[in-house]
Amino acid sequence: MSRDTPPARPLPEGDPALAPFFAAAKERRLVVQRCARCGALRFPPRELCTSCLATEVEWADVSGRGEIFSFNVMHQVYHPAFATEVPYAVVVVKLVEGPKMISNLVDCPVDEIRIGMPVEVVFETMTDTITLPKFRRV
Amino acid sequence: MSLRGKTAIAGLGQTKQGKVYDRTYMGFAVEAVELALADAGLERTDLDGLLLNPGLAWGTAAMGSFMLQQALGLRDLKLSATMNLGGATAGAMIQHAALAIAAGMCTTVACVFSDRPLKGPDEQKQKTGSAASYAFARGLDAAYGQFGINAMYALVARRHMHAYGTTQDHLGAVAVTQRRWANMNPAAQLKDVPLTLADYHASRWVVEPFHMLDCCLVSNGGVAVIVTSAERARTLRKPPVYLWGMGQGHPGGEPAETLASGAPIASKIAFDMARIRTPDIDVCELYDCYTFTVLVTLEDYGFCAKGEAGPFVAEGHTAPGGSLPVNTGGGQLSSSYMWGMTPIAEGIVQARGEGGERQAPKHDVVLVSGNGGLLSTHTTLVLSPLPS
Repeated sequence: MSRDTPPARPLPEGDPALAPFFAAAKERRLVVQRCARCGALRFPPRELCTSCLATEVEWADVSGRGEIFSFNVMHQVYHPAFATEVPYAVVVVKLVEGPKMISNLVDCPVDEIRIGMPVEVVFETMTDTITLPKFRRV
Repeated sequence: MSLRGKTAIAGLGQTKQGKVYDRTYMGFAVEAVELALADAGLERTDLDGLLLNPGLAWGTAAMGSFMLQQALGLRDLKLSATMNLGGATAGAMIQHAALAIAAGMCTTVACVFSDRPLKGPDEQKQKTGSAASYAFARGLDAAYGQFGINAMYALVARRHMHAYGTTQDHLGAVAVTQRRWANMNPAAQLKDVPLTLADYHASRWVVEPFHMLDCCLVSNGGVAVIVTSAERARTLRKPPVYLWGMGQGHPGGEPAETLASGAPIASKIAFDMARIRTPDIDVCELYDCYTFTVLVTLEDYGFCAKGEAGPFVAEGHTAPGGSLPVNTGGGQLSSSYMWGMTPIAEGIVQARGEGGERQAPKHDVVLVSGNGGLLSTHTTLVLSPLPS
């Protein structure tokens, strides 16, 4: 690794709550939690269903299609991995199935991002275990 | 049973605030209590209740109010709690104090906030100062570069702009208006720094749509408020500031969807107790972690329709000389960031008529809001110098 390589992004390696999410992402599938009792979809992962409080949970494939619900543009560097990326946008994608995801938008200048813009999932391999779902314009 | 006018604020203590390094977080808390007792003309031994909102610097300190009790040498307290509703904690402390006093559990309660997130120039540099203190991130969010409370509020503010046409100029109008108030407040950190809308637009971005000047200050210091019964307050050194009404509202759900705070819930309870309506309010001290928060809060208290607070502020209604003075000390944006104690302290100053150059001409009914989390918690206080 050269001296100029920026530090790696902080990745939630080994977080058991996210293991099924990353296992699916490695297979280019986007999944969210689905309550095994009432069927409500949720993301990010929670121990309990906020609709019925059941703990039984399964992971369900979703389409990967959605729209930009909101976004910001980060200028301040809070982690050295992002020092060479500012200004970059963090987006909230509202999936057509309902749940929202914090993510990044690829191949889209920050000044072209609009709320309501339709997007679809893409997958970016970060490490052997972590593939990050991101989104692009459609 | 109505609590309207049954209890009152009898003392206010504020340490120096801002880039002040001569005390620890505990030292600021103790000094604030001493100042509040002196303001009220009370002794330490008069206190029988202690409520504490520990700031970030308290870290993992367990039993915070218990530790402050020991530091103050207080004996035989009848009420004690360490509380955390974020920026709504200060308002909640006043409310719990008033309830306990009205219930006969205790008579005289100190409500205390202190924090010391800023490191002095001679102190070892640690990643705990200023912005870093508020840059926490959950695992997956951090992978996408989403760090801290600024970035979270930015997502909600962007929705408000999309839904209602709120503009960057509207956010800037809040910053400029509050700076004008701060310019008249001798204790404000930015008293001597004028601000124009052009300055606002030129200030660096933190996270769009927030410039640095959309975000509150980060300050060291402490504030304490003494609450007692109305009867007792009338015998003390300072004229009482009566608690006419109080309420809480914690909406849950997704603020980015509702674009609302807990104020609609909290204000209904507080205004009914105070027997007032929105047009009766003379002065507002609104929790202003961001310029955006002020806009949402003005809307949620009914001073203007949902989505119209931007133009309302830009037209000058909340500025010095306007029809509704708002954040008359400069607020957390331009004076000092003592969490929910910043609006409460200025509310007390205004109700007493001690505002000097910045005193609102009419101050019979003073509204104070607290807000914590991501529009997650909310408290309303209605203060008045009049007993009824």
